[in-house]
Amino acid sequence: MSAAFSTIDCDVHVNVPGLKALLPYLDEYWRDSVIDRGMNSLDPISYPPNAPLTARPDWRGDAGEPASTLDMLRSHALDRWSIDVAICNCLYGVQLLFSEDMAAAFAKAVNDWVAKEWLDREPRLRASIVVPMQNVEFAVAEIERCAPDPRFVQVLVLAMGEAPLGRRQHWPVYAAAERHGLPLGIHAGSGYRHPVTSLGWPSWYIEDYCAQSQGFQSQVASLVCEGVFVKFPKLKVVLLESGVTWLPAFMWRLSKFWRGVRLEVPWVDRSPAEIVRDHVRLTIQPFDAPDDPAAVARLIDHMQSDDMLLFSSDFPHWQFDGDAVMPAGIPARLHQKIRRDNALATYGRLTEAAA
Amino acid sequence: MARHVIASLREFPAGTRRLVDIKGRKIAVFNIKGEFFALANRCPHQGGSLCEGRLTGLIEASEPGKYRYSRRGEIIRCPWHGWEFDVRTGKSWCDPARVRARQFAVSVAPGAALVEGPYVAETFGVSVEDDYVVLDA
Repeated sequence: MSAAFSTIDCDVHVNVPGLKALLPYLDEYWRDSVIDRGMNSLDPISYPPNAPLTARPDWRGDAGEPASTLDMLRSHALDRWSIDVAICNCLYGVQLLFSEDMAAAFAKAVNDWVAKEWLDREPRLRASIVVPMQNVEFAVAEIERCAPDPRFVQVLVLAMGEAPLGRRQHWPVYAAAERHGLPLGIHAGSGYRHPVTSLGWPSWYIEDYCAQSQGFQSQVASLVCEGVFVKFPKLKVVLLESGVTWLPAFMWRLSKFWRGVRLEVPWVDRSPAEIVRDHVRLTIQPFDAPDDPAAVARLIDHMQSDDMLLFSSDFPHWQFDGDAVMPAGIPARLHQKIRRDNALATYGRLTEAAA
Repeated sequence: MARHVIASLREFPAGTRRLVDIKGRKIAVFNIKGEFFALANRCPHQGGSLCEGRLTGLIEASEPGKYRYSRRGEIIRCPWHGWEFDVRTGKSWCDPARVRARQFAVSVAPGAALVEGPYVAETFGVSVEDDYVVLDA
């Protein structure tokens, strides 16, 4: 049946309309805690409600709460672009919590809310498992809890967490992900444990958002250099909302310096660029390129792989206008790979669930 | 190509190296535990002097943290950017198919043989009692 898919959107967002929506999915203690402590929202500051990026004007909806109802998702994205499958990445503040117990409780609530309110009601939807990376044991437990449901197709973490993702402390998460055929999706965003730049805290939102791509670069370097793909050869990593065009230059730089200091990381036994091309995938919004189609074609050429890019709208974030989801200049030979084939090769569960 | 006597064996002990100039061509010659190796001195990357590099071992790993260290002293690292070259083959570790330092044959021959043969030994006299290091270049 997967052959019938024509378009797979690998990054759409569904927004929790307020903590009250999660109450039915919390146990009694945490439900009462939300009320007793006066907690209203866990919206992360990564997407301030009124920032232009947070939602396209035509997708904001009457109440100003974008992507908060299934009707909005259907009419603004799924039906509009004839999307057969869309992977929901719910960005809620679970990763920001300092209490490991609370993070685990809210991760479970978010995942159950996504399954009940979205996946059960719309067969075109799949979702990523939100995990409490504050505690690796809890993160693994949440993967094990959700993995039996084949509609969960990925493990979701943020680009900036407590420690670089390649560090061995995180490996049980990757072992679980690999065991269940779940790619590791790394989405733009921060748990705000550290400044979002290595220089310290910037003053403005624009700096925060632009710095995300630096966070992604460091995560790619960490995963490669710590040997995660040697230890977990079947693991795929998907960079979500990372921007795309920084990657070729970064792969070049990483490979260049590897030649001289590879003896510090002898398990990196081939060029980092090759490892990245084999294991790392990126969603195409934002693409971060000029409008000139020739420039886009050159950038695609620099990737030296046709397998890395995955179609995404990043709905409801404002990355493009009209229906220009696919950046002009991407060679025609790549369109079907980007729209469908690369996603099917990355997310084994899309084929299983459809079979 | 000619055979050049570059030193007497006594003057070129194990653990030492020499930079030899053969008509303007610089060649690094190493005595590693009694075995001789010779490589073009110019690193194929950007021209660093391999003769001035550090000799190290071959470090490999089947997985992160599982270090396997062998062939101690047989890998020369360019002093400029640290690229590693196998002294036995001249091949770089990072790109062995495309990046390699040119190799030259080097051997030890008795003086008795040298005084008769077509050898070039301009810089010093050859004695029949000694052994000599001979470079084909």
